[in-house]
Amino acid sequence: MRMSLTRTRQRSAQTTSRAASASHREPRRRTARGTALLLSTALLAVFALGACGGDDEAEVEPTAAPAATTFPAGSTMAKLQSGGTITVGTKFDQPLFGLKNLRGVPEGFDVEIAKIITNALGIPADKVKFVETVSVNREPFIQQHKVDMVVATYTINDKRKQVVDFAGPYYVAGQTLMVRAGESAITGKDSLAGKNVCSVSGSTPAERIRTEAPQAKLVLFDVYSKCAEALKNGQVDAVTTDNAILLGLMDSDPGTFKLVGKPFSTEPYGIGIAKGDDEFRTFINETLTAAYADGRYEKAYEATLGKVEPNMPKPPAVDNYTS
Amino acid sequence: MSLQLADPPGPRGRRRILVVSMLAVAVLAALAVLAVRRLADNGQLDPDIWRIFIDEPDLRTLLWEGLLDTLRAAATGMVFAVALGVALAFARLSTRPAVHVPAAALVETLRGLPLLMLIFFAFLGLPALGVDLSAFWALVLGLTAYNGAVLSEIFRAGVLSIDRGQTEAAAALGLRGTQIFALIQFPQAVRRMSPTLVSQLVTLLKDTSLGFVIGYTELLRQGRGAVEVLGSRYALPIYTTLAVIYIIVNGSLSLTARWLERRQSVRAGGSTGAAATGTGAGAGA
Amino acid sequence: MLDNLHVFRDGFVRTLGLSLFSAVGALLLGSVLATMRVSPVPPLRWAGTAYVETVRNTPLTIVFFFVAFVLPQVDIVFSFFAFAVMALTIYHTAFVCEAVRAGVNGVEVGQAEAARALGLTFSQSLRLVILPQAFRNVVQPLGSVGSALIRNSSIAAAFGVQELTGVSQGLATANPGDVIAILLAGIVCYLVLTLSLAGAVGVVERRLRGEPR
Repeated sequence: MRMSLTRTRQRSAQTTSRAASASHREPRRRTARGTALLLSTALLAVFALGACGGDDEAEVEPTAAPAATTFPAGSTMAKLQSGGTITVGTKFDQPLFGLKNLRGVPEGFDVEIAKIITNALGIPADKVKFVETVSVNREPFIQQHKVDMVVATYTINDKRKQVVDFAGPYYVAGQTLMVRAGESAITGKDSLAGKNVCSVSGSTPAERIRTEAPQAKLVLFDVYSKCAEALKNGQVDAVTTDNAILLGLMDSDPGTFKLVGKPFSTEPYGIGIAKGDDEFRTFINETLTAAYADGRYEKAYEATLGKVEPNMPKPPAVDNYTS
Repeated sequence: MSLQLADPPGPRGRRRILVVSMLAVAVLAALAVLAVRRLADNGQLDPDIWRIFIDEPDLRTLLWEGLLDTLRAAATGMVFAVALGVALAFARLSTRPAVHVPAAALVETLRGLPLLMLIFFAFLGLPALGVDLSAFWALVLGLTAYNGAVLSEIFRAGVLSIDRGQTEAAAALGLRGTQIFALIQFPQAVRRMSPTLVSQLVTLLKDTSLGFVIGYTELLRQGRGAVEVLGSRYALPIYTTLAVIYIIVNGSLSLTARWLERRQSVRAGGSTGAAATGTGAGAGA
Repeated sequence: MLDNLHVFRDGFVRTLGLSLFSAVGALLLGSVLATMRVSPVPPLRWAGTAYVETVRNTPLTIVFFFVAFVLPQVDIVFSFFAFAVMALTIYHTAFVCEAVRAGVNGVEVGQAEAARALGLTFSQSLRLVILPQAFRNVVQPLGSVGSALIRNSSIAAAFGVQELTGVSQGLATANPGDVIAILLAGIVCYLVLTLSLAGAVGVVERRLRGEPR
């Protein structure tokens, strides 16, 4: 046993020394080069392994066959139709509106609305690319044509209208408050003085609560689920945002929270598109209006928001920028 | 190997060390038990929520794909960042002011900018100049620009720590500047700076998560998204798993580097001595 | 832009506060940890190594999550600012430790041997001989860690602290036409902080090197 071990060691030592003398090089240089080779091979392997993966953009599953329509030559609709693909910006972390599921496919009311539009454009559902838009990149993405449209709980307001155009609105939300189920001190936005109120950094509700309840102490996170967690832990006293979003939070944690007070804002959600593209805006508005009438809108609502608020509100009239 | 700062302890010293160690272990264990019991009381250690990885095969796929996206961006970024870092270090070590002054300015600017912003502007600013990049390449470009600058400083510190006699000897042998850099200085600089170098590459890997700002979803973003879908009940299992994955990936990077280092120092006949202290060690997000 | 100057100032002050508090914390704890890692007591060395390898390889966001959302589960509740300082401190302690340790290892072996030959204990030789010399080597790397800390403090925006990044995001939403300008203003604020740190580090380093002995 010991004999054979020693022999093996001797043999391997011989091999090493022979290799070293044969190369006429310093052993140190050789290893340095070997190391570099090894490292670069490893990196290339990872690179190659990754390169055959798919895009970073999520794709929706095929649904209905798209309708064939002809559009005026040169219009955005014609370009999108002949290109056969469209990029839609949406939220990936907003329950009920745009939330990426575990299969990597975004789901929610915004996604359904987007599908109504892309269907009308004649683009197959598997050619619709959804990319995540967060609060700071919505306008830049539209302006740089990184996305063709944004459907992302995107409140229409005058300041935004200076840089992008909005089709819709397709839904009107209102900002309100959510508190712990046992809370009695907070009854509405006027009883928030000195209380910790939670919202999402860079969102419209966060900016509004500053003026609506200036005495409240604002705590901001990147997603509403953290607000819900902080509310449950007692780290904040109320969460404020649009009622539909709050309903989604209540739904995921039944019996823990309640809504208080009347909505103190109107948030018309629109579809953001490039400024000045009147043809595209009109097309989307016509599509939305048709969808209100023929039940496609109702179907989209029932599949998503309807789960927490069965009474569908009357869809808002679209704004055709006529005034 | 490492510095010996004290004599080996005698019998009394050893006993004292043993007592102190056991006390410390006991205190830490007590704290751990307390924390675990609190977490259990809050239902955080419920087997049900930890079984999510078994119950939801989609979750495993999601995280696996996220990991691949992370590795792809990180590996590509590492290759380019190392290349840029070498080029910038070489330029900054040049004796010609026309070369080293702009290089220094570039390095200092890139190093001082928040990486998030670099990525953001690579994606949105460059199209204005006629260069349209996908989210992947914009992220890689941002990672390359920032880490290239940091790596160049690490390489430069390594080169500067090499004895000048070596450069002089090489020059006396008739080697040109490029040859001296490539054959004499650079290999030694890499060896001396390898701990800092690896630290920076780990940082680069973790920084791929900043790709969210341009819609690139990788491991961390996928995990966060999964928490949003499944509910905050699952936050602890998912984030703990993410941490473990990152520790394994980054740890194997460090271990590989250390293994290579040890192999080299054995072949080279003993330790090359203390690694010079670098200027790197950027602690990324 | 000018109307919102005070908002920017508040964010700037908060970033500065986060950075300062965490820098002090990380410097102290990092030095303690480095001492542990070079100490003659094996369990202390192991604990130090385990800490550094765990924390350094974990994304900061996850450290933040554990501090801000898991600690309250075990009834440790602070303000979100304090949580952010804790998370930043915990994370950067590992990097400070490694920088200091590299500095200690960079001190010539003969110095430690001479100190031992003179009969100095571990803490004496570390305090009187090694650390003063290590500090000189460490100024520049510590500056890099500090600069990273300033920029990393932006993660706090996702965890309840309205610092520069959070403030910029809020302003960008309120003024969608000026997104690029607002983000650039944010960058300038960060540059002011990181470049003045770099300047200070340069001054300190020159002092230390310039002084005779």
